[in-house]
Amino acid sequence: MNNFLKGLWREHPVFRQLLGMCPTLAVTTAAKNGLFMGLAVIFVLTFSSFIVSLIKHVVPNQVRIAVYTVIIATFVTIVDISFKAFVPDMGRALGPYVPLIIVNCIILGRCEAFASKNSMKSSIIDALGMSLGFSWGLFILASIRELLGEGSILGYRLMPGSWNNLIVMILPAGAFIVLGLLVAGMNKIEQVKEKQT
Amino acid sequence: MKETIKITSVLTFVCILCSFLLAFVWAQLQDRVIQNEKDYFQDSLSRLEPDSVKIEELNVSGELIYKLIDNNSRLLGYAFTATGQGYQDKITLLAVIDSKFQNLKGVEVLKSSETPGLGAKIQEENFLSQFKGINVETAVECLKTETKQPNQIKAITSATVSSRAVVRILNQKIEDLRAKLNNQTYE
Repeated sequence: MNNFLKGLWREHPVFRQLLGMCPTLAVTTAAKNGLFMGLAVIFVLTFSSFIVSLIKHVVPNQVRIAVYTVIIATFVTIVDISFKAFVPDMGRALGPYVPLIIVNCIILGRCEAFASKNSMKSSIIDALGMSLGFSWGLFILASIRELLGEGSILGYRLMPGSWNNLIVMILPAGAFIVLGLLVAGMNKIEQVKEKQT
Repeated sequence: MKETIKITSVLTFVCILCSFLLAFVWAQLQDRVIQNEKDYFQDSLSRLEPDSVKIEELNVSGELIYKLIDNNSRLLGYAFTATGQGYQDKITLLAVIDSKFQNLKGVEVLKSSETPGLGAKIQEENFLSQFKGINVETAVECLKTETKQPNQIKAITSATVSSRAVVRILNQKIEDLRAKLNNQTYE
């Protein structure tokens, strides 16, 4: 249970470990993009962690990174093809960022730091926790940016008609601003919690 | 030596296994992927020229264009794609022009990665509708101010580079195709 929860909050991959910044900043222009990116990462990380944990005793130490990369790349390509086959709109919107999951350091990081040293069961639980943490992080970040930049979330208009879209929120600068504020907020909550205990 | 063989064989084995898995997935899904791409092209085309029921491919000195034909097998016009550099990455356009190569029937963006919120507006109706019926006997011009001539369009505010890129890509392709078509007729 602890393995699952740590990815969701205490060791949150985006807000605590600051991993996977490339997709975090790039695809979070709309809530839907963040959501699908999260789904892709859940699939890739869970299966990669499972396979890596399964073969951890067979793979020689010298080539482990190469082997992990091949495994991760395989699952990422499967996701990429599936997006193009079943949700072509999303495939177009996420564009090159789906193939780029291969170099997302959350995935290689969890494979190397956790799955290669732990049992299959706890590796899958760790992967689910981390990727769900990544997903909610992306979704929150993307929702805030879409709300302020386009006045809507998931395409539903929420802001009053007089709302002036803050275009900067959709641009890269907005991603950094919102991410910074969220990381700060997360740190503040942790500080308060620490003081209490 | 033994170590080397082990390393090599494990890596090779993993790679082979992964390629089989990928080949399997692709074999299952490739029809859908290709169909989706075709559908997207078809959808864009029918938005531009709803009356076309038949599309014939036509090779103009190495350039592939599409003849659009209606119910009564009349030629409605030609469709072509044009690709060129935008602000961030290449932009691919789909355009339909009348049979005399005089007026555009419309333009759609097939692929682009312009800045969201700014340049990405080239995909929006407000901008693209300006190309409907525009005269292209002389090159299209892109203005920052209100348009006066029938061959002018208004650039998107704060996305002039992307707007100009669309116009430039279009002009080049039309000029190119016109020259090639003329050559073919005289031959």
